[in-house]
Amino acid sequence: MIGHNTLIVLLGCAALGAASGVVGSFALLRGRALLADAIGHAALPGVVAASLLMAALGGPARSLAPLLLGAAISAWLGLLALRALTASGRIRQDAAIGVVLSAFYALGTVGLSIAQAMPEAAQAGLSHFILGQAATMTEGDALLAGGLALSCIAVIAALFQPLRALCFDEGFARSQGLPVRALDLALLGLLLAVCVAGLPAVGLLLVVALLIVPAAAARLVTRGLPSMVALAGALGAAAGASGALISTRFDHIPTGAAVVLAGLLGFAAAVAFRRR
Amino acid sequence: MTPPFSVTGLNVSYAGRPALRDVTWQAAPGLTAILGPNGAGKSTLLKAALGLIPADSGEARFLGLPLDQARARVAYLPQRASVDWDFPASALDIVAMARVPHMRWWGPVPRAEREAARAALAAVGLADFAERQIGRLSGGQQQRVFLARALAQGADLFLMDEPMAAVDAVTEQTILAVLHGLAREGKSVLMVHHDLSLITAHFDQVLILAGEVVAAGPVATAFTDAAIARAFGGLPGRT
Repeated sequence: MIGHNTLIVLLGCAALGAASGVVGSFALLRGRALLADAIGHAALPGVVAASLLMAALGGPARSLAPLLLGAAISAWLGLLALRALTASGRIRQDAAIGVVLSAFYALGTVGLSIAQAMPEAAQAGLSHFILGQAATMTEGDALLAGGLALSCIAVIAALFQPLRALCFDEGFARSQGLPVRALDLALLGLLLAVCVAGLPAVGLLLVVALLIVPAAAARLVTRGLPSMVALAGALGAAAGASGALISTRFDHIPTGAAVVLAGLLGFAAAVAFRRR
Repeated sequence: MTPPFSVTGLNVSYAGRPALRDVTWQAAPGLTAILGPNGAGKSTLLKAALGLIPADSGEARFLGLPLDQARARVAYLPQRASVDWDFPASALDIVAMARVPHMRWWGPVPRAEREAARAALAAVGLADFAERQIGRLSGGQQQRVFLARALAQGADLFLMDEPMAAVDAVTEQTILAVLHGLAREGKSVLMVHHDLSLITAHFDQVLILAGEVVAAGPVATAFTDAAIARAFGGLPGRT
Protein backbone atom coordinates (compact mmCIF):
# COMPACT_ATOMS: atom_id res chain seq x y z
CA MET A 1 0.00 0.00 0.00
CA ILE A 2 1.06 3.55 -0.59
CA GLY A 3 0.87 5.82 2.43
CA HIS A 4 -0.34 9.38 2.33
CA ASN A 5 3.15 10.89 2.60
CA THR A 6 4.52 8.58 -0.09
CA LEU A 7 1.64 9.49 -2.37
CA ILE A 8 2.36 13.20 -1.98
CA VAL A 9 6.05 12.59 -2.69
CA LEU A 10 5.17 10.57 -5.80
CA LEU A 11 2.88 13.34 -7.05
CA GLY A 12 5.57 15.92 -6.32
CA CYS A 13 8.12 13.91 -8.30
CA ALA A 14 5.62 13.43 -11.13
CA ALA A 15 5.03 17.20 -11.30
CA LEU A 16 8.76 17.75 -11.25
CA GLY A 17 9.25 15.25 -14.07
CA ALA A 18 6.48 16.85 -16.11
CA ALA A 19 8.02 20.31 -15.71
CA SER A 20 11.45 18.94 -16.61
CA GLY A 21 10.09 17.43 -19.80
CA VAL A 22 8.28 20.63 -20.76
CA VAL A 23 11.07 23.09 -19.92
CA GLY A 24 13.67 20.63 -21.20
CA SER A 25 11.97 20.52 -24.62
CA PHE A 26 12.49 24.24 -25.14
CA ALA A 27 16.00 24.18 -23.64
CA LEU A 28 16.91 21.35 -26.02
CA LEU A 29 15.57 23.12 -29.11
CA ARG A 30 17.32 26.33 -28.07
CA GLY A 31 20.60 24.44 -27.62
CA ARG A 32 20.76 25.21 -23.89
CA ALA A 33 20.08 21.78 -22.38
CA LEU A 34 23.60 21.27 -21.03
CA LEU A 35 23.23 24.42 -18.94
CA ALA A 36 21.14 22.24 -16.64
CA ASP A 37 24.30 20.31 -15.77
CA ALA A 38 26.15 23.51 -14.88
CA ILE A 39 23.18 24.73 -12.85
CA GLY A 40 22.91 21.48 -10.90
CA HIS A 41 26.57 21.38 -9.93
CA ALA A 42 26.78 25.12 -9.29
CA ALA A 43 23.94 24.79 -6.77
CA LEU A 44 25.93 22.72 -4.26
CA PRO A 45 27.92 25.52 -2.57
CA GLY A 46 24.68 27.42 -2.09
CA VAL A 47 22.98 24.46 -0.44
CA VAL A 48 25.90 23.99 1.94
CA ALA A 49 26.21 27.70 2.71
CA ALA A 50 22.48 28.01 3.38
CA SER A 51 22.58 25.04 5.71
CA LEU A 52 25.58 26.42 7.64
CA LEU A 53 23.89 29.79 7.87
CA MET A 54 20.69 28.21 9.15
CA ALA A 55 22.66 26.30 11.79
CA ALA A 56 24.52 29.43 12.85
CA LEU A 57 21.26 31.33 13.18
CA GLY A 58 19.74 28.45 15.15
CA GLY A 59 17.03 27.88 12.57
CA PRO A 60 15.48 24.53 11.73
CA ALA A 61 18.17 22.33 10.18
CA ARG A 62 15.87 20.39 7.87
CA SER A 63 13.94 23.14 6.19
CA LEU A 64 13.94 22.89 2.42
CA ALA A 65 13.01 26.40 1.29
CA PRO A 66 16.18 28.17 2.52
CA LEU A 67 18.34 25.41 1.06
CA LEU A 68 16.65 25.77 -2.33
CA LEU A 69 17.04 29.54 -2.14
CA GLY A 70 20.75 29.07 -1.47
CA ALA A 71 20.92 26.63 -4.36
CA ALA A 72 19.23 29.09 -6.70
CA ILE A 73 21.53 31.97 -5.74
CA SER A 74 24.65 29.86 -6.13
CA ALA A 75 23.46 28.41 -9.46
CA TRP A 76 22.72 31.92 -10.69
CA LEU A 77 26.27 32.96 -9.76
CA GLY A 78 27.46 29.95 -11.74
CA LEU A 79 25.52 31.14 -14.80
CA LEU A 80 26.98 34.63 -14.43
CA ALA A 81 30.47 33.11 -14.26
CA LEU A 82 29.67 31.13 -17.39
CA ARG A 83 28.60 34.25 -19.21
CA ALA A 84 31.70 36.14 -18.10
CA LEU A 85 33.95 33.31 -19.33
CA THR A 86 32.30 33.07 -22.75
CA ALA A 87 31.82 36.83 -23.28
CA SER A 88 35.20 37.39 -24.91
CA GLY A 89 34.63 34.63 -27.45
CA ARG A 90 38.00 33.11 -26.56
CA ILE A 91 36.53 30.35 -24.38
CA ARG A 92 33.86 28.15 -25.92
CA GLN A 93 30.66 27.33 -24.11
CA ASP A 94 31.48 23.64 -23.59
CA ALA A 95 34.84 24.45 -22.02
CA ALA A 96 33.28 27.16 -19.86
CA ILE A 97 30.58 24.76 -18.64
CA GLY A 98 33.30 22.28 -17.69
CA VAL A 99 35.23 24.91 -15.74
CA VAL A 100 32.24 26.37 -13.90
CA LEU A 101 30.65 23.01 -13.14
CA SER A 102 33.78 21.50 -11.64
CA ALA A 103 34.81 24.66 -9.77
CA PHE A 104 31.45 25.05 -8.04
CA TYR A 105 31.14 21.33 -7.35
CA ALA A 106 34.62 21.21 -5.82
CA LEU A 107 33.81 24.24 -3.69
CA GLY A 108 30.57 22.61 -2.58
CA THR A 109 32.30 19.34 -1.75
CA VAL A 110 34.83 21.13 0.47
CA GLY A 111 31.97 22.97 2.16
CA LEU A 112 30.15 19.69 2.65
CA SER A 113 33.13 18.11 4.40
CA ILE A 114 33.34 21.12 6.72
CA ALA A 115 29.63 20.91 7.48
CA GLN A 116 29.87 17.19 8.20
CA ALA A 117 32.65 17.79 10.72
CA MET A 118 30.36 20.05 12.71
CA PRO A 119 28.52 18.64 15.72
CA GLU A 120 25.12 20.12 14.95
CA ALA A 121 22.58 18.69 12.60
CA ALA A 122 23.64 21.19 9.99
CA GLN A 123 24.67 18.49 7.57
CA ALA A 124 21.52 16.43 7.97
CA GLY A 125 20.45 15.19 4.58
CA LEU A 126 22.82 17.41 2.65
CA SER A 127 24.46 14.52 0.85
CA HIS A 128 21.02 13.63 -0.52
CA PHE A 129 21.30 16.68 -2.70
CA ILE A 130 24.01 14.93 -4.68
CA LEU A 131 22.21 11.76 -5.72
CA GLY A 132 18.69 12.61 -4.62
CA GLN A 133 16.54 10.84 -2.06
CA ALA A 134 12.81 11.23 -2.40
CA ALA A 135 12.17 8.92 0.54
CA THR A 136 13.47 11.51 2.98
CA MET A 137 11.25 14.25 1.59
CA THR A 138 8.47 15.51 3.78
CA GLU A 139 5.00 16.31 2.49
CA GLY A 140 5.90 20.00 2.62
CA ASP A 141 9.08 19.40 0.60
CA ALA A 142 7.14 17.56 -2.09
CA LEU A 143 4.48 20.27 -2.25
CA LEU A 144 7.16 22.94 -2.59
CA ALA A 145 9.00 21.13 -5.38
CA GLY A 146 5.75 20.16 -7.14
CA GLY A 147 4.31 23.67 -6.88
CA LEU A 148 7.49 25.20 -8.27
CA ALA A 149 7.43 22.70 -11.14
CA LEU A 150 3.79 23.41 -12.02
CA SER A 151 4.44 27.17 -12.05
CA CYS A 152 7.19 26.55 -14.60
CA ILE A 153 4.72 24.73 -16.85
CA ALA A 154 2.30 27.66 -16.52
CA VAL A 155 4.99 30.14 -17.61
CA ILE A 156 5.89 28.01 -20.64
CA ALA A 157 2.22 27.82 -21.62
CA ALA A 158 1.88 31.60 -21.35
CA LEU A 159 4.92 32.18 -23.59
CA PHE A 160 4.40 29.26 -25.97
CA GLN A 161 4.14 31.10 -29.30
CA PRO A 162 7.09 33.49 -28.99
CA LEU A 163 9.28 30.78 -27.40
CA ARG A 164 8.58 28.47 -30.31
CA ALA A 165 9.39 31.22 -32.82
CA LEU A 166 12.63 32.01 -30.98
CA CYS A 167 13.73 28.37 -30.78
CA PHE A 168 13.21 27.90 -34.52
CA ASP A 169 14.74 31.11 -35.88
CA GLU A 170 16.36 33.65 -33.59
CA GLY A 171 17.23 36.08 -36.40
CA PHE A 172 13.68 36.22 -37.68
CA ALA A 173 12.30 36.60 -34.16
CA ARG A 174 14.66 39.52 -33.57
CA SER A 175 13.68 41.11 -36.88
CA GLN A 176 10.04 40.97 -35.80
CA GLY A 177 10.87 42.84 -32.62
CA LEU A 178 10.06 39.93 -30.30
CA PRO A 179 11.73 40.43 -26.88
CA VAL A 180 14.43 37.84 -27.55
CA ARG A 181 16.62 38.73 -24.56
CA ALA A 182 13.70 38.63 -22.15
CA LEU A 183 12.46 35.32 -23.58
CA ASP A 184 15.92 33.77 -23.26
CA LEU A 185 16.16 35.07 -19.71
CA ALA A 186 12.74 33.58 -18.93
CA LEU A 187 13.81 30.22 -20.34
CA LEU A 188 17.01 30.34 -18.29
CA GLY A 189 15.01 31.23 -15.19
CA LEU A 190 12.70 28.26 -15.79
CA LEU A 191 15.66 25.95 -16.31
CA LEU A 192 17.11 27.19 -13.04
CA ALA A 193 13.82 26.78 -11.20
CA VAL A 194 13.26 23.22 -12.42
CA CYS A 195 16.84 22.19 -11.64
CA VAL A 196 16.68 23.66 -8.14
CA ALA A 197 13.25 22.16 -7.45
CA GLY A 198 14.60 18.79 -8.59
CA LEU A 199 17.69 18.78 -6.38
CA PRO A 200 16.26 17.10 -3.26
CA ALA A 201 14.54 14.33 -5.20
CA VAL A 202 16.82 13.71 -8.17
CA GLY A 203 20.12 15.16 -7.01
CA LEU A 204 22.50 17.54 -8.70
CA LEU A 205 24.44 14.90 -10.62
CA LEU A 206 21.48 13.59 -12.58
CA VAL A 207 19.05 16.50 -12.75
CA VAL A 208 20.40 17.25 -16.24
CA ALA A 209 19.17 13.86 -17.42
CA LEU A 210 15.62 14.59 -16.29
CA LEU A 211 15.67 17.73 -18.45
CA ILE A 212 17.23 16.15 -21.53
CA VAL A 213 16.09 12.51 -21.68
CA PRO A 214 12.28 12.97 -21.87
CA ALA A 215 12.64 15.87 -24.32
CA ALA A 216 15.10 14.03 -26.55
CA ALA A 217 12.88 10.93 -26.53
CA ALA A 218 9.76 12.92 -27.39
CA ARG A 219 11.56 14.70 -30.22
CA LEU A 220 12.32 11.37 -31.87
CA VAL A 221 8.69 10.29 -32.18
CA THR A 222 6.67 13.50 -32.67
CA ARG A 223 6.23 15.88 -35.60
CA GLY A 224 4.97 19.04 -33.90
CA LEU A 225 6.07 21.03 -30.88
CA PRO A 226 2.80 20.77 -28.90
CA SER A 227 2.87 16.97 -29.14
CA MET A 228 6.60 16.90 -28.37
CA VAL A 229 6.10 19.02 -25.25
CA ALA A 230 3.09 16.98 -24.11
CA LEU A 231 4.88 13.67 -24.59
CA ALA A 232 8.07 14.93 -22.90
CA GLY A 233 5.97 16.10 -19.95
CA ALA A 234 4.19 12.74 -19.73
CA LEU A 235 7.45 10.78 -19.99
CA GLY A 236 9.05 13.00 -17.36
CA ALA A 237 6.09 12.56 -15.03
CA ALA A 238 6.12 8.78 -15.47
CA ALA A 239 9.88 8.64 -14.88
CA GLY A 240 9.61 10.90 -11.82
CA ALA A 241 6.80 8.93 -10.22
CA SER A 242 8.14 5.45 -10.99
CA GLY A 243 11.66 6.39 -9.93
CA ALA A 244 10.40 7.82 -6.67
CA LEU A 245 8.28 4.72 -6.08
CA ILE A 246 11.22 2.38 -6.65
CA SER A 247 13.48 4.32 -4.32
CA THR A 248 10.90 4.54 -1.55
CA ARG A 249 10.51 0.74 -1.75
CA PHE A 250 14.24 0.05 -1.89
CA ASP A 251 15.68 2.87 0.15
CA HIS A 252 19.29 2.04 -0.69
CA ILE A 253 18.61 3.03 -4.33
CA PRO A 254 19.07 6.78 -4.82
CA THR A 255 15.99 8.38 -6.36
CA GLY A 256 17.97 10.24 -9.02
CA ALA A 257 19.37 7.03 -10.44
CA ALA A 258 15.98 5.29 -10.38
CA VAL A 259 14.26 8.24 -12.08
CA VAL A 260 16.88 8.48 -14.79
CA LEU A 261 16.85 4.74 -15.47
CA ALA A 262 13.05 4.85 -15.76
CA GLY A 263 13.35 7.78 -18.18
CA LEU A 264 15.95 5.92 -20.22
CA LEU A 265 13.49 3.05 -20.72
CA GLY A 266 11.21 5.59 -22.38
CA PHE A 267 14.12 6.92 -24.41
CA ALA A 268 15.02 3.41 -25.62
CA ALA A 269 11.41 2.89 -26.69
CA ALA A 270 11.50 6.21 -28.58
CA VAL A 271 14.68 5.20 -30.39
CA ALA A 272 13.00 1.95 -31.41
CA PHE A 273 9.84 3.69 -32.66
CA ARG A 274 11.35 6.94 -33.96
CA ARG A 275 9.80 8.65 -36.95
CA ARG A 276 11.71 8.32 -40.15
CA MET B 1 8.89 60.30 -52.32
CA THR B 2 10.35 58.59 -49.25
CA PRO B 3 12.86 55.91 -50.21
CA PRO B 4 11.77 52.47 -48.95
CA PHE B 5 15.19 51.86 -47.45
CA SER B 6 18.36 53.82 -46.83
CA VAL B 7 21.64 53.46 -44.97
CA THR B 8 24.03 56.25 -44.06
CA GLY B 9 27.69 55.80 -43.16
CA LEU B 10 27.32 52.12 -42.31
CA ASN B 11 30.52 50.47 -41.07
CA VAL B 12 30.55 46.85 -39.93
CA SER B 13 33.49 44.68 -38.91
CA TYR B 14 33.94 41.10 -37.76
CA ALA B 15 36.61 40.73 -35.05
CA GLY B 16 38.36 43.88 -36.23
CA ARG B 17 38.25 43.04 -39.95
CA PRO B 18 36.08 45.47 -41.90
CA ALA B 19 33.18 43.83 -43.75
CA LEU B 20 31.40 46.99 -44.90
CA ARG B 21 33.11 50.38 -45.24
CA ASP B 22 31.13 53.58 -45.13
CA VAL B 23 28.10 52.37 -47.06
CA THR B 24 25.67 55.15 -47.88
CA TRP B 25 22.87 54.13 -50.18
CA GLN B 26 19.23 54.85 -50.87
CA ALA B 27 16.94 52.28 -52.49
CA ALA B 28 14.30 53.34 -55.00
CA PRO B 29 10.85 51.71 -54.90
CA GLY B 30 10.49 48.42 -56.75
CA LEU B 31 12.74 45.39 -57.03
CA THR B 32 16.40 45.78 -56.10
CA ALA B 33 19.05 43.11 -56.42
CA ILE B 34 22.05 43.32 -54.09
CA LEU B 35 25.00 41.79 -55.92
CA GLY B 36 28.63 41.09 -55.19
CA PRO B 37 31.17 38.30 -54.73
CA ASN B 38 31.33 36.07 -51.66
CA GLY B 39 32.31 38.14 -48.65
CA ALA B 40 31.20 41.38 -50.30
CA GLY B 41 28.98 42.17 -47.31
CA LYS B 42 25.60 41.61 -48.96
CA SER B 43 24.02 39.63 -46.11
CA THR B 44 25.94 41.78 -43.64
CA LEU B 45 24.21 44.87 -45.00
CA LEU B 46 20.75 43.40 -44.34
CA LYS B 47 21.65 41.98 -40.94
CA ALA B 48 23.35 45.14 -39.71
CA ALA B 49 20.49 47.32 -40.91
CA LEU B 50 18.05 45.08 -39.02
CA GLY B 51 20.19 45.18 -35.88
CA LEU B 52 20.87 41.43 -35.99
CA ILE B 53 24.63 42.06 -35.90
CA PRO B 54 26.26 45.12 -34.36
CA ALA B 55 27.40 47.96 -36.62
CA ASP B 56 30.42 50.07 -35.74
CA SER B 57 28.61 53.16 -36.96
CA GLY B 58 25.86 54.20 -39.30
CA GLU B 59 22.12 54.44 -39.48
CA ALA B 60 19.40 52.61 -41.40
CA ARG B 61 15.90 53.82 -42.21
CA PHE B 62 12.97 51.74 -43.34
CA LEU B 63 10.17 53.52 -45.22
CA GLY B 64 11.69 56.71 -43.86
CA LEU B 65 11.51 55.56 -40.24
CA PRO B 66 13.87 54.04 -37.67
CA LEU B 67 13.39 50.28 -37.47
CA ASP B 68 11.48 50.33 -34.18
CA GLN B 69 8.74 52.44 -35.75
CA ALA B 70 8.60 50.46 -38.98
CA ARG B 71 8.88 46.84 -37.79
CA ALA B 72 5.33 45.83 -38.63
CA ARG B 73 5.88 46.98 -42.22
CA VAL B 74 9.24 45.24 -42.74
CA ALA B 75 9.62 41.54 -43.56
CA TYR B 76 12.90 39.64 -43.34
CA LEU B 77 13.73 36.41 -45.13
CA PRO B 78 16.93 34.87 -43.69
CA GLN B 79 19.10 32.33 -45.50
CA ARG B 80 17.57 28.88 -45.50
CA ALA B 81 20.69 27.30 -43.99
CA SER B 82 20.42 29.51 -40.89
CA VAL B 83 17.88 27.23 -39.17
CA ASP B 84 17.43 23.57 -38.23
CA TRP B 85 14.87 22.11 -40.64
CA ASP B 86 14.42 19.06 -38.42
CA PHE B 87 12.57 21.35 -35.98
CA PRO B 88 9.26 19.76 -34.92
CA ALA B 89 6.86 21.93 -36.91
CA SER B 90 4.67 21.87 -40.00
CA ALA B 91 4.93 24.34 -42.87
CA LEU B 92 1.82 26.06 -41.49
CA ASP B 93 3.39 26.32 -38.01
CA ILE B 94 6.43 28.08 -39.48
CA VAL B 95 4.45 30.53 -41.62
CA ALA B 96 2.17 31.36 -38.68
CA MET B 97 5.26 32.51 -36.76
CA ALA B 98 5.06 35.65 -38.92
CA ARG B 99 1.93 36.57 -36.98
CA VAL B 100 3.31 36.06 -33.44
CA PRO B 101 3.69 39.81 -32.75
CA HIS B 102 0.00 40.22 -33.57
CA MET B 103 -1.51 37.28 -31.69
CA ARG B 104 -1.96 36.17 -28.09
CA TRP B 105 1.06 34.29 -26.82
CA TRP B 106 -0.60 31.28 -25.19
CA GLY B 107 -2.65 28.51 -26.72
CA PRO B 108 -2.94 27.50 -30.36
CA VAL B 109 -2.60 29.93 -33.27
CA PRO B 110 -5.94 31.80 -33.61
CA ARG B 111 -8.11 30.99 -36.64
CA ALA B 112 -7.62 34.34 -38.40
CA GLU B 113 -3.84 34.00 -38.20
CA ARG B 114 -3.99 30.41 -39.42
CA GLU B 115 -6.01 31.55 -42.42
CA ALA B 116 -3.45 34.29 -43.17
CA ALA B 117 -0.71 31.68 -43.02
CA ARG B 118 -2.64 29.33 -45.32
CA ALA B 119 -3.16 32.12 -47.84
CA ALA B 120 0.57 32.85 -47.83
CA LEU B 121 1.36 29.17 -48.39
CA ALA B 122 -1.11 29.11 -51.30
CA ALA B 123 0.62 32.15 -52.81
CA VAL B 124 3.86 30.18 -53.07
CA GLY B 125 2.19 27.04 -54.40
CA LEU B 126 2.35 25.06 -51.15
CA ALA B 127 -1.36 24.95 -50.26
CA ASP B 128 -1.25 21.15 -50.22
CA PHE B 129 1.82 21.01 -47.98
CA ALA B 130 0.52 23.05 -45.02
CA GLU B 131 0.52 20.12 -42.60
CA ARG B 132 3.77 18.55 -43.81
CA GLN B 133 6.64 18.41 -41.34
CA ILE B 134 9.24 20.89 -42.62
CA GLY B 135 12.05 18.34 -42.57
CA ARG B 136 10.16 16.34 -45.20
CA LEU B 137 9.98 19.23 -47.68
CA SER B 138 12.51 19.63 -50.49
CA GLY B 139 15.06 22.44 -50.30
CA GLY B 140 13.09 24.54 -52.77
CA GLN B 141 9.87 23.96 -50.84
CA GLN B 142 11.61 24.98 -47.62
CA GLN B 143 12.74 28.15 -49.36
CA ARG B 144 9.15 28.83 -50.39
CA VAL B 145 8.01 28.28 -46.78
CA PHE B 146 10.40 31.07 -45.80
CA LEU B 147 8.98 33.26 -48.58
CA ALA B 148 5.44 32.50 -47.39
CA ARG B 149 6.43 33.44 -43.84
CA ALA B 150 7.74 36.79 -45.11
CA LEU B 151 4.53 37.33 -47.11
CA ALA B 152 2.41 36.52 -44.05
CA GLN B 153 4.01 39.44 -42.24
CA GLY B 154 1.91 41.71 -44.45
CA ALA B 155 4.84 44.06 -44.97
CA ASP B 156 5.52 46.90 -47.41
CA LEU B 157 9.27 46.31 -47.57
CA PHE B 158 10.94 42.92 -47.94
CA LEU B 159 14.59 42.17 -47.15
CA MET B 160 15.48 38.79 -48.63
CA ASP B 161 18.79 37.01 -48.12
CA GLU B 162 19.51 34.74 -51.12
CA PRO B 163 16.08 33.15 -51.51
CA MET B 164 17.05 31.88 -54.98
CA ALA B 165 20.27 30.14 -53.94
CA ALA B 166 20.31 26.51 -55.11
CA VAL B 167 16.59 26.14 -55.76
CA ASP B 168 14.68 24.13 -58.36
CA ALA B 169 13.11 25.70 -61.46
CA VAL B 170 9.57 25.67 -60.03
CA THR B 171 10.74 27.51 -56.91
CA GLU B 172 12.68 30.04 -58.98
CA GLN B 173 9.62 30.77 -61.15
CA THR B 174 7.40 30.99 -58.06
CA ILE B 175 9.73 33.43 -56.34
CA LEU B 176 10.00 35.62 -59.45
CA ALA B 177 6.20 35.63 -59.83
CA VAL B 178 5.79 36.63 -56.18
CA LEU B 179 8.38 39.40 -56.56
CA HIS B 180 6.55 40.87 -59.56
CA GLY B 181 3.24 40.59 -57.71
CA LEU B 182 4.69 42.54 -54.78
CA ALA B 183 6.05 45.20 -57.14
CA ARG B 184 2.61 45.56 -58.76
CA GLU B 185 1.14 46.14 -55.29
CA GLY B 186 3.59 49.00 -54.82
CA LYS B 187 5.84 47.10 -52.40
CA SER B 188 9.61 47.13 -52.42
CA VAL B 189 12.01 44.22 -52.28
CA LEU B 190 15.73 44.18 -51.58
CA MET B 191 17.11 40.80 -52.51
CA VAL B 192 20.61 39.48 -52.03
CA HIS B 193 21.27 37.53 -55.17
CA HIS B 194 24.03 35.75 -57.01
CA ASP B 195 22.73 34.87 -60.48
CA LEU B 196 23.62 37.77 -62.78
CA SER B 197 21.63 36.31 -65.69
CA LEU B 198 18.25 37.18 -64.14
CA ILE B 199 18.96 40.80 -63.31
CA THR B 200 18.08 42.60 -66.52
CA ALA B 201 14.80 40.78 -67.03
CA HIS B 202 13.47 40.93 -63.48
CA PHE B 203 14.90 43.78 -61.44
CA ASP B 204 14.53 47.55 -61.44
CA GLN B 205 17.74 48.48 -59.61
CA VAL B 206 20.98 47.00 -58.43
CA LEU B 207 23.33 47.66 -55.57
CA ILE B 208 26.75 46.18 -56.33
CA LEU B 209 28.91 45.67 -53.26
CA ALA B 210 32.49 44.63 -52.63
CA GLY B 211 33.01 45.69 -49.03
CA GLU B 212 31.85 49.11 -50.17
CA VAL B 213 29.44 50.45 -52.77
CA VAL B 214 30.80 49.72 -56.25
CA ALA B 215 27.74 50.83 -58.20
CA ALA B 216 24.08 51.56 -57.49
CA GLY B 217 21.09 52.70 -59.47
CA PRO B 218 18.75 51.58 -62.25
CA VAL B 219 19.75 48.35 -63.99
CA ALA B 220 20.19 50.18 -67.30
CA THR B 221 22.89 52.50 -65.96
CA ALA B 222 24.45 50.77 -62.94
CA PHE B 223 24.54 47.12 -64.01
CA THR B 224 27.53 47.51 -66.32
CA ASP B 225 30.32 45.14 -67.24
CA ALA B 226 32.78 47.61 -65.77
CA ALA B 227 31.01 47.66 -62.40
CA ILE B 228 30.72 43.86 -62.35
CA ALA B 229 34.38 43.54 -63.22
CA ARG B 230 35.40 45.87 -60.41
CA ALA B 231 33.22 44.09 -57.86
CA PHE B 232 34.12 40.55 -58.86
CA GLY B 233 37.85 41.13 -58.94
CA GLY B 234 38.64 42.37 -62.42
CA LEU B 235 37.15 39.47 -64.33
CA PRO B 236 35.09 40.96 -67.15
CA GLY B 237 31.91 39.22 -68.30
CA ARG B 238 29.06 37.74 -66.38
CA THR B 239 29.37 34.47 -64.47
